[in-house]
Amino acid sequence: MYVAVKGGEAAIEAAHELLAADRRGDPKTPALTVDQIEQQLGRAVDRVMAEGALYDRRLAALAVKQAAGDLVEAIFLLRAYRTTLPRFGASEPIETAKMAIARRISAIFKDVPGGQFLGPTFDYTHRLLDFALEADGTAPRLPDSAEEVGALMPVTEILQRDGLIEAEAPAEDAEVGDITRTPPTYPAERDVRLQALARGDEGFLLALAYSTQRGYGRNHPFAGEIRSGVVEVEFVPPELGFAITIGEIEATECQMVNQFKGSAERPPQFTRGYGLTFGRGERKAMAMALVDRALRAREFEEEVNAPAQDEEFVLSHADNVEASGFVQHLKLPHYVDFQAELDVVRRLRDEIEARKAAE
Amino acid sequence: MSTGYNFAYLDEQSKRMIRRAVLKAVAVPGYQVPFAGREMPLPYGWGTGGIQVTASVIGRNDVLKVIDQGADDTTNAVSIRKFFAKTAGVATTTRTTEASLIQTRHRIPETPLKAGQIIVFQVPIPEPLRWLEPRETVTRRMHALGDYGAMYLKLYEDIARFGRVTTAYDFPTLVNGRYLMSPSPIPRLDNPKLHCSPALQLFGAGREKRIYAIPPHTPVNSLDFEDHPFATERWSQNCARCGAHDSYLDELVIDDRGTRRFVCSDSDYCDGRLAGGAR
Repeated sequence: MYVAVKGGEAAIEAAHELLAADRRGDPKTPALTVDQIEQQLGRAVDRVMAEGALYDRRLAALAVKQAAGDLVEAIFLLRAYRTTLPRFGASEPIETAKMAIARRISAIFKDVPGGQFLGPTFDYTHRLLDFALEADGTAPRLPDSAEEVGALMPVTEILQRDGLIEAEAPAEDAEVGDITRTPPTYPAERDVRLQALARGDEGFLLALAYSTQRGYGRNHPFAGEIRSGVVEVEFVPPELGFAITIGEIEATECQMVNQFKGSAERPPQFTRGYGLTFGRGERKAMAMALVDRALRAREFEEEVNAPAQDEEFVLSHADNVEASGFVQHLKLPHYVDFQAELDVVRRLRDEIEARKAAE
Repeated sequence: MSTGYNFAYLDEQSKRMIRRAVLKAVAVPGYQVPFAGREMPLPYGWGTGGIQVTASVIGRNDVLKVIDQGADDTTNAVSIRKFFAKTAGVATTTRTTEASLIQTRHRIPETPLKAGQIIVFQVPIPEPLRWLEPRETVTRRMHALGDYGAMYLKLYEDIARFGRVTTAYDFPTLVNGRYLMSPSPIPRLDNPKLHCSPALQLFGAGREKRIYAIPPHTPVNSLDFEDHPFATERWSQNCARCGAHDSYLDELVIDDRGTRRFVCSDSDYCDGRLAGGAR
């Protein structure tokens, strides 16, 4: 008897063998190495680490290779690995003010203390295909002006000194939430929201951020500062009782400066939207900052009427591992439920036919 | 058995967390207990909730059966069974009577379950009120207040518009006279099997991070009205293989002219009847 969806083990195994061969492509072409991906597809690696919520360039590169460049699939691979890792504790907050700067720009002042550094950026490139790359020429030369930049003061601090922007002080002794260990509940606080946004799908956040710029929850943003570079990660082992550096990560931070708020008691001041990603996920960091600010509508007693301001809507749909799985589960057999629907539709049609016949 | 991972994949801390949620779910029948669902190496929507519940309650001596659409040989059932054979090394079976633990998607076996058996349902959307109210904050309050008028109104509107309730599967149930519960997308034919079952029935929703349960011998009623009683699917034919007239039937289109053939969706039930000399 032929039943299309009943596959059995042999069919599944054969499909996976096909997949492996398909991923490899023509064996006459040299196989891609994980090193090549890690070095030359850095932005793919960055995105997989950010949304996979695991900082490991090598494993992310391996995931990109295994997923044949399907980044959402690669993110899933990394997440499924991450979830099996033991948890020793939480690091100290990273000090982005002490970042070894690779790029740092501000759109709100012509010049800022320490200067503006474009760094390696796609900005201002003309998007013309470079056919010389296809020929794979000689290695590009570092520009003579390339220099090491030390730590630079955050631009928002200039505003904060004069009280022009809301102060951002850590909540004393408050334990930071962990969305991987606590099921989501609403209303969700900002720590939890930022965690969800940090691992949220870049495309989804980009579209939501864009919607705020087009009037669906507008919040008048300025790019206060965007910085990329390397920061140290510190951890306090309980047996030592003081912080030690356990490694370095590359990160991109975006501080959006948004429309001011004030009240009868408080003079007006600018508000903040915050974005942070692993690697150089600048587009994602900016989108995250816009969405973070939009989600603070409740806190600032703004009207909540746009999708980007609706935390239950944003947080429950931002995760692409969840979304991808559930959308694609429609591929699984549903014929039992469809049979039940057929039963209902046929019965309804029979009743209408019977009524017509009786008339 | 695959090494490098803990028994049944999940680490013991995660299993303990899930077991605590299961215990709470058993103590409050039909109530959706939030739990910190883990990412599984299978996609969300493909049974991650059921897999986590199974992984947390399975022991080395368990005999596992996995079905999807009632059959043991559907692709996803094969995949999940293989996952546990690999990570837990437990014995597997296709026989309902031999299984101590059954994970299912969309069906309850035709063979009545016995005391001591556990059935684990894979649940896509655990909230029965979700299609009436998209917000979790609101639906949780509705459950707290037992405010289920909206659901009765939906059923009533169906009757007013179509002359009958048009919910075909995932038909809402009231557990122990208290909580409105999604039975998962099982057909209506399976709903009566939930009622006072001697087996422990556990429901896992991985993406939505909810676990709920029906302890053995708990009353479970499908919503209806006195003048419009709950009704299950009916077929004008019997199973073309085993001749069963009481089982849920799959409709197979067997040629380009649209000829139909009806056979049991529960492959073990059908095979068992054939072996027993039916037909």
